[in-house]
Amino acid sequence: MLDFLASVGRVFLAFLAAAGRLTLFALTAISYCVRPPIYLRLIGRQMVDIGYYSLPVVGLTAIFTGMVLALQTHSGFQRFSAESAVATVVMLSMTRELGPVIAALMVAGRIGAAIAAEIGTMRVTDQIDALSTLATNPYKYLVVPRIIAGTVTLPFLVLVADIIGVFGGFIVSTYKLGFNAAGYLGQTVDNLRTEDVVSGLIKAAVFGFIVALMGCYTGYHSRGGAQGVGAATTYAVVSASIMILLFDYILTSVLF
Amino acid sequence: MSDIAKIAVRGLKKSFGRNLVLDGIDLDVAVGESLVVIGGSGSGKSVLVKCILGLMEPDAGSIKIDGQEVMGSSARERERTMQKFGMLFQGSALFDSLRVWENVAFGLIQGRGMERARAREIALEKLAAVGLGPEVGDLRPAELSGGMQKRVALARAIAAEPEIIIFDEPTTGLDPIMGDIINDLIIKCVRDLGATAVSITHDMASTRKIADRVAMIYKGRIIWHGPVASLEHSGNDCVDQFIHGRAEGPIKMEVRAL
Repeated sequence: MLDFLASVGRVFLAFLAAAGRLTLFALTAISYCVRPPIYLRLIGRQMVDIGYYSLPVVGLTAIFTGMVLALQTHSGFQRFSAESAVATVVMLSMTRELGPVIAALMVAGRIGAAIAAEIGTMRVTDQIDALSTLATNPYKYLVVPRIIAGTVTLPFLVLVADIIGVFGGFIVSTYKLGFNAAGYLGQTVDNLRTEDVVSGLIKAAVFGFIVALMGCYTGYHSRGGAQGVGAATTYAVVSASIMILLFDYILTSVLF
Repeated sequence: MSDIAKIAVRGLKKSFGRNLVLDGIDLDVAVGESLVVIGGSGSGKSVLVKCILGLMEPDAGSIKIDGQEVMGSSARERERTMQKFGMLFQGSALFDSLRVWENVAFGLIQGRGMERARAREIALEKLAAVGLGPEVGDLRPAELSGGMQKRVALARAIAAEPEIIIFDEPTTGLDPIMGDIINDLIIKCVRDLGATAVSITHDMASTRKIADRVAMIYKGRIIWHGPVASLEHSGNDCVDQFIHGRAEGPIKMEVRAL
């Protein structure tokens, strides 16, 4: 019994230590975000990587999500003779929940993994130490541009995902479910409120921060060659995905 | 020559868990001197230089650069101190995402805020100083051989004309001829800059060529130091065993019987 309690205690202490290390890393990174030098060229490059190159995957995911949502809502709401709510449900679901979450999960898989692999490889090949010996702060040069780019870019991606997702629902509703195109669009616009979109964009900024932070943190602390970099990459994606869903709940309870 | 040592290390201790790696290192490096620290694999040579460079936090002791204590200094002070250093890493540690000239000019552009065009000119000069043509400047590090990467790393280490250059196993992984070329380049670059050099290696040919003074580290302590000329007559059995590469002697490697 005592052995069991000791094991639980050890796991709990290890969890607390890991959470403490991550919090310190995040606070250090945030403090460097507001201290010069700010590498604008690197931030721009990261924004292109995170935003522009993620557009195809986020767009495809969003359009299919919107299409499935319209089908499922129509089929489910038929039971209550409430098919007319399809447009509103698709719009609300995409802007408030599915747009930010789906886009963030896709970016976590594409960008979080890439950040962890790149910084992890730099760690195990002494390139991060080399930055320090060249009088360059690795946090400012590697971590800050990625965190700023992730936080700023994901809301734009989510805005695009919202529009494409609603468009997906529109296509299915008008061509397959027999809705009137003008009526569908009218209902979407009439029921759309600013806070629906803004709450999704706030979530997107937080999720973008989480994806970049977890990629940087796991890469920065990777050890043990190729195997360590592989483990860091996996950990970055899994932990970012779990944190996105956790913070989605927290933000939803705070915002609504 | 100044009385103040360029690098002064006192009572430096560092352990990882129960493994005591540095057990009270005392070491002075004079201005313009080339010190080579020798010792077996895992003896703590790399940990010692990482502590001097501030890449690792020692558990106890003192490190002074030009008489200024650097232990416990702030990140900003540390960045300022780092401007005195150049470092050649064992695996070269070139930035894969940058072209060769950008690697060489990195410290000038990022560390000192120099204009890119001027930094490129200096980078090409430094590449020429290590025997590489300007055409190499536009290549990526992955397109170079191991020897060329080492030369680029040397060019990067000297680009900002540092006062102190640290060489971590500069000839490891190179064929003997390329190793000797790198040794000659190290001597030339250090002499041209008038820099202080600290090298860590277990390559005795390299040690004899580039050292003014040699220190041997064993079990986390400096067990002998003296001029390179007295290395053969150190009177220390451990040093004698090490420099002649004998399996038998006071140094026992932890090798499990087959």
